[in-house]
Amino acid sequence: MEKFTTLTAVAAPMDRPNIDTDQLLPARFLRRPRAEGFGDVLFIDQRLKDDGTPNPDFVLNQPAYKDAHIIVADRNFGGGSSREGAPWALLDYGIRCVVASSFGDIFYNNSLKNGLLPVRLPEDVVKAIRDQLHDKPGATISVDLEKQTVIAPDGTSHAFDIESFRKTSLLKGLDDIGMTFEHEAEISAFEDGFGKRHPWLFART
Amino acid sequence: MSGKTLFEKIWNDHAVHTTEDGYTLLYIGRHLAHDGSGHAFGFLEKRGLKVRRPELTFATPDHGVPTTSHKLEDITDPMQRRAVETLTRNAANHNVTLFDLGDSRQGIVHVVGPEQGITLPGLVMVCGDSHTSTHGALGALAFGIGASDVFHVLATQTTWQRKPDAMRVTVDGERPFGVTAKDIILSIIAEIGANGAARHVVEYAGAAIRALTIEERLTVCNMSIEAGARAGIIAPDETTFSYVEGRPFAPKGKDWEMALDQWRALPSDADATFSREVRMDAATFAPMLTWGTSPEDALPITGSVPDPDKETNPERRQAMQATLDYIGLKPGTKLEDVPVDRVFIGSCTNSRIEDLRAVAEVARQGTAKVPAMISPGSTLVKLQAEKEGLDEIFRKAGFEWRESGCSMCVGMNGDLVAAGERCASTSNRNFPGRQGKGARTHLMSPAMAAAAALTGRFTDVRSFAQKG
Ligand code: SF4
Repeated sequence: MEKFTTLTAVAAPMDRPNIDTDQLLPARFLRRPRAEGFGDVLFIDQRLKDDGTPNPDFVLNQPAYKDAHIIVADRNFGGGSSREGAPWALLDYGIRCVVASSFGDIFYNNSLKNGLLPVRLPEDVVKAIRDQLHDKPGATISVDLEKQTVIAPDGTSHAFDIESFRKTSLLKGLDDIGMTFEHEAEISAFEDGFGKRHPWLFART
Repeated sequence: MSGKTLFEKIWNDHAVHTTEDGYTLLYIGRHLAHDGSGHAFGFLEKRGLKVRRPELTFATPDHGVPTTSHKLEDITDPMQRRAVETLTRNAANHNVTLFDLGDSRQGIVHVVGPEQGITLPGLVMVCGDSHTSTHGALGALAFGIGASDVFHVLATQTTWQRKPDAMRVTVDGERPFGVTAKDIILSIIAEIGANGAARHVVEYAGAAIRALTIEERLTVCNMSIEAGARAGIIAPDETTFSYVEGRPFAPKGKDWEMALDQWRALPSDADATFSREVRMDAATFAPMLTWGTSPEDALPITGSVPDPDKETNPERRQAMQATLDYIGLKPGTKLEDVPVDRVFIGSCTNSRIEDLRAVAEVARQGTAKVPAMISPGSTLVKLQAEKEGLDEIFRKAGFEWRESGCSMCVGMNGDLVAAGERCASTSNRNFPGRQGKGARTHLMSPAMAAAAALTGRFTDVRSFAQKG
């Protein structure tokens, strides 16, 4: 996983609540191998018109947001399906951070495992940042994971929460499995006890 | 110290290790795989790792399988065919139990788990699918995970999770005539919102929940994810035990007695605390359907399309207008006056035998005016329905009787709703593009969907049921 430390970049505002993972990555692309990349199909049904040309109304197509690496959304971003292709599509498109007042839980977890930083801020703060981005299209915001802060276009700084477990793996670009293998002895010992408590689970019918 | 909730008891029984900041390495009691699990098996092979406990993973193809036939060669999309073939190969290579095409035990993974007794009270269960919340109906802590986590579970039989908070939704009272489990969960989601339960495990309690059959509980827990919940769960009781007993992968003999002892201790303690409590009265519920593009956009069938001009918050007004533009409805239109183009009955929400019986009750009263298709949740459900002669009723009423799979819930197998078409659907998601690009989806119960098929518009099923 690519590490995440700090990022200063153009941020695109997306005002609609409930931007679900079916919108981020329609189901018809789920069978693509990871190596083929998903950037070209992010938000495809909104980003492109029926004839395949860019839809000029879609925020990411507007010239001011050509270099956007951050999305500032509303509530319940990434709700719905557990498809990990949703964060893959964002990342492959170039988005490294999404700010929202709430996220779909599975999307939130999937993002952290891929080096995409989901930042939860209070609804009024997120709304204020979006308003600033609308006022000054192409404005940048800065995210510092170590300090756990977001600096809005107007210079105000907003602290966000992230569990230190996830923060450390993001800062170092580590995935879970290496850490889990360090607990191998513990897992085996647990498994013995678990198997005695629930022997029927391990019996093959 | 206060008592423990049902979900905490299960959590603690599966906790291998907890870090200082509260991340827990959870053991996975049973894991379900499907034709979307290819990425995860691929990651495993790339790392040269093996499945740690193959006896704890069960697989069946569902998302991309055709519903016109269950022959592999009839999968026309090469990507979908490869996904189904890859599942067969992965299951064989890793010695994982598979209910493949052609096996009567095949079906939608969330229908198959409970049906086979794979889903059991007290287990932590995962699947690379968000509707894993379904299995909470039997008192399991079950949640969806992404491909990286599925890979992690295959390799280690564990997953790192932050402990969610506990929320309780108590539904008291008795539901009126015509109100189904689907109407209960749509009413709950309309009340708490599409992210109202984010970062929480929702325990459903109260007289109206206790009165539900297991199949009805599966419908309720299935849509927990549509309220943003990490999982939904219902305390196991005698209804649960008699459902589980005797199923192929359920404990037997001495094990059954031992399991029962454990399961009886699972319900939340009387002094357990929940970080949030919601109370609702089932007596106030009515048959529901969604008018918009989020499951929270649900209203009783007697209602009308809401008016954005009455919304004072400008952002919300805009969002509502965008929703209405997509869904093609005018403010103030009575829902009962809205015509539908097609009907889909199926999905892990509503495709079990009780659902199909409810559809038959309505279907026997007329003929479908619009294309209507039924895809049973598993091949065993299909066989059972045929044994009961339901397929005859469906065919006579002009409904298409298909093979089992996810079908038009997500459209990956080619069962799609055309752009601009309005579909009355028993599935769980009405998101833009969910059933196909530009498709307009309206969620409702099986009986309501059947009624819509017979009249060609949204219909209060109570008018039908009274005639019958
Ligand atoms: S039926 Fe629909 S919601 Fe259920 S598992 Fe299949 S695609 Fe997902």
